[in-house]
Amino acid sequence: MKTSHIFAIAVIAIAVGIIISSTGDAGTYMNFNEALEIHSKGDDRQVHVVGELKKVNGEVVGLSESPDKRSFYFMMVDKANNEQRVFHPNPIPNDLLRSEEVVIIGYYKKDTFIAKDILLKCPSKYQEEEIKV
Amino acid sequence: MNYVPGEIGHLAIISSFVTSFIAFGLYFYATKHKSTSWEKTANFFYYAHVATVFTIIGALFYIISNHHFEYHYAWSHTSSLLPIYYQISSFWEGQEGSFLLWIFWNTILGLVIIKTNRKWTASVMTVFCLIQAFLTSMILGVVPFESLKIGSSPFMLLRDVISAPIFKMNPDFIPKDGNGLNPLLQNYWMVIHPPTLFLGFATTMVPFAYCMAGMWRGEIKEWIRPALPWAQFSALVLGIGILMGAYWAYETLNFGGYWNWDPVENAIYVPWLIMVASIHTMIAYKKSEKALKTSIILVVASFVLIVYSTYLTRSGVLGDSSVHSFTDVGLYNQLVLYLLTFLVGSAILIISQWKKIPSTNEELETYSREFWIFLGVTTLCLMAFHVILVTSFPVFNKLGGLIGLDLNLAPPVDQVGAYTKVQIWLAIALAFFSGTGQFFWWKRMDIDKLKKAVMIPAIIAIGATLVMFLTGYFSSFDQEGKEKFDLLISLLSYALIFLCAVYSIAANFTILLSVVKRNPKLSGGAITHIGVAMMLLGILFSSGYDQIISKNYTGILWSSEFPEEVNKNNLLIYQNDPREMGNYTLQYKGIRRLFKDRGFVNQNFVEPTVDPEVYVAKQNIVNKGILKGDSLTIDGVENSYFEIDYIKKNGRTFTLFPRVQMNDAMGVVYSPDIKRTMFADLYTHVRTFPDPEIREEWNNKDTLQVQVGDTLYLNDYVSVFERVERLQSVAGVELGSLDAAVKAIIRITGETDTYYAEPIFIIKNQNVGKIESVVHDLALKVKLNGINPEQGTFSIEVSSGQKDWIILEAVEKPYINILWLGTLVLTIGFIVAIRRRYLEFMAMREKQLE
Repeated sequence: MKTSHIFAIAVIAIAVGIIISSTGDAGTYMNFNEALEIHSKGDDRQVHVVGELKKVNGEVVGLSESPDKRSFYFMMVDKANNEQRVFHPNPIPNDLLRSEEVVIIGYYKKDTFIAKDILLKCPSKYQEEEIKV
Repeated sequence: MNYVPGEIGHLAIISSFVTSFIAFGLYFYATKHKSTSWEKTANFFYYAHVATVFTIIGALFYIISNHHFEYHYAWSHTSSLLPIYYQISSFWEGQEGSFLLWIFWNTILGLVIIKTNRKWTASVMTVFCLIQAFLTSMILGVVPFESLKIGSSPFMLLRDVISAPIFKMNPDFIPKDGNGLNPLLQNYWMVIHPPTLFLGFATTMVPFAYCMAGMWRGEIKEWIRPALPWAQFSALVLGIGILMGAYWAYETLNFGGYWNWDPVENAIYVPWLIMVASIHTMIAYKKSEKALKTSIILVVASFVLIVYSTYLTRSGVLGDSSVHSFTDVGLYNQLVLYLLTFLVGSAILIISQWKKIPSTNEELETYSREFWIFLGVTTLCLMAFHVILVTSFPVFNKLGGLIGLDLNLAPPVDQVGAYTKVQIWLAIALAFFSGTGQFFWWKRMDIDKLKKAVMIPAIIAIGATLVMFLTGYFSSFDQEGKEKFDLLISLLSYALIFLCAVYSIAANFTILLSVVKRNPKLSGGAITHIGVAMMLLGILFSSGYDQIISKNYTGILWSSEFPEEVNKNNLLIYQNDPREMGNYTLQYKGIRRLFKDRGFVNQNFVEPTVDPEVYVAKQNIVNKGILKGDSLTIDGVENSYFEIDYIKKNGRTFTLFPRVQMNDAMGVVYSPDIKRTMFADLYTHVRTFPDPEIREEWNNKDTLQVQVGDTLYLNDYVSVFERVERLQSVAGVELGSLDAAVKAIIRITGETDTYYAEPIFIIKNQNVGKIESVVHDLALKVKLNGINPEQGTFSIEVSSGQKDWIILEAVEKPYINILWLGTLVLTIGFIVAIRRRYLEFMAMREKQLE
């Protein structure tokens, strides 16, 4: 076999390895029902859930902070309208209440969803709707 | 309403689009018929195009600097208080402005090409003008018929963008002030980082244009000579742009580092890798006429990847996967068209010439320089492949959706981990090849010569690695929560990258010594490679061995349900209540404002005036030389700082001031403060603090009967009831002859400062009123409840609240300076290399060969 052939095979092998490894690392978008279902089957992998904070008459409800302020619970409604209590082991991000969309990454533990990470979309940062008169 | 600048600007945009198109056609014709007179006409139209671009920029800047908030761009990105240098950076905050910046650099580069290159002008400018036509179309803002909008113009009026009810009542309404610039962008790096980055974007077009011109004219190898110095320049500028972005993120954003594998970062990292790879194959081609096909493909790929990254970050396709990419302003289809045009167009040109491109059938020899260059180039391409693959997940979802396939690919759960675990192994290979390859580059090698050359660098590298092993440094990284197998892999990769980077530095250094003796002009390659290896070392130490020193295990366990999930990385500190953290004792001293010529001043010692930039001192501030009533000018209206003292066990004390910016439109934004020393940075950022708008709760009411001169204890603070004053007016209200008001002055000695509580007791129109006095820093509230003239006593009521607090995270990043130093070395190396290739090109031009 020629050196260039070995070289080509090695490169292809590495590229395939990269594809397999990265698709393996890829996350999955789920709603709370689906996440609970895989949890009940003993699958503890972390998933992405997209939704928003639960609001009643425009007011956020269900937010409670720990006394040491280093963690909190909140209520989230996913895109399929499932409601879920979520725990986040970090201080409340200051933009949480202003957020229009929330993406959480985490998993179920008993009946609480543990969000390891929270991404907030605050459209007002880039787009603005109101004009102050 | 001032319509003039908008009309001029809009007209200039349309003319710039039209002139670039005409110039494109004329250059095309001139190339086809080798006609200099047509080329001259084309140049004329190009100059006209340049003039229109400058007019657009002038008009937009006029609108911004004169605060014409009737225009959406000015209203949305600026405010009347914005200083001039941030007005410049607000210019490119929006999508339209950043396209404009890109267009601006392109026009400059076009002028340079016309000026420096005779032979290639017409053909290269043809490609240039086509790109320029596409870019100007992005800001065109023309709606030829309904449902088709071409481009998004920066000259839109506010009332045409936002349908607020006020415009129905008064179409000529102009807001008093704009939304202001995103506080994160109010940073000197944001003044110079985007121009650098967009210059990098623009320069990728030059080697691409030369390559395309070469294919088109059938000069399939001659294009390399003029293209090579441009490719090097482009790689240099892009590289500096990326690192400025990283440095800005490190200094300003609070995710705790300089690189986060965010799509916005990846979108530039990938074309940069490919550009660097193309430089290597072009140099290889110049030396031994091999790798021409690869060079062509890589040069084209780096430009197409820049267009692709523009599509990624500006079309809105990234949606849920990135928080900070631009939102869609309706350019999706245009961006796809732009991408496809250049992808398909360049593919057709290359394929049409493919058979003519020479390639050797010689077998690749292991001991040839080409073999080693190929190894390095392949590694760079694999790195790029991996990053673009993962970054493109949302694109795959979208493409899958087109054929009814639900791929449901989300970004990796542990983003940084997922990227790092592949990139680190490729970086190890890269460091190894960049060391060994250099020996092959400069000398014909066989096994004996190689052994001899490699000996010393290898001994140095292995020796250094052994020392690190034996001292236990390699295993000193944060091992919490990792599986045993993962730990082993991390340890191995860290040790290997250290070994290979040190080897690469030593090998390139020996090369450098011998090259400098022969001809210092040729030393660019060796210097650049040393820089890269230093950067790898810096990244290894600062990211692999960073230590979260605010970890604490003493906190109250709130959630016994999830003990292992509760984050232990953050520390809660109450004001003036010292807390131990690692080798330090921390003391949070309160919130400060920054004043011009005065420095940091306790926010409770000043009060605002009508002018938002001017504050007045409420009391004497001795150590700042400020007297009660002095007016002070604030430096940064939105900025507040947390003063935190660090007292080291062995005595040295320093103070950090992490920042918070409160902006009505954008909410609360934190930035870290960094204590820099030679060997490590101490990085501190505040994660949260009490919302200033939430009213404090007071409790523990205590009522005391006191006399003037008494010493009392208010919530354990030693205080003196100094005196009482009779007031003639209260809060600007004159008192009548039957009214009375008395102010008590109580001096309170706090932990670090002296405070005055000044409660007031009023009788007006036979009603009793009390104005309480709050000493915020001590969480004390004092009320004067009554006066007893017979005994000469005063009744005061004291309540206490919760002290202010912050939650902070502190991280130590060792040897991060090696990374920045490596960047500098890399830059120097590039400059030496560019100079060499440029001189070569000039020499050929003198001989009338270019």
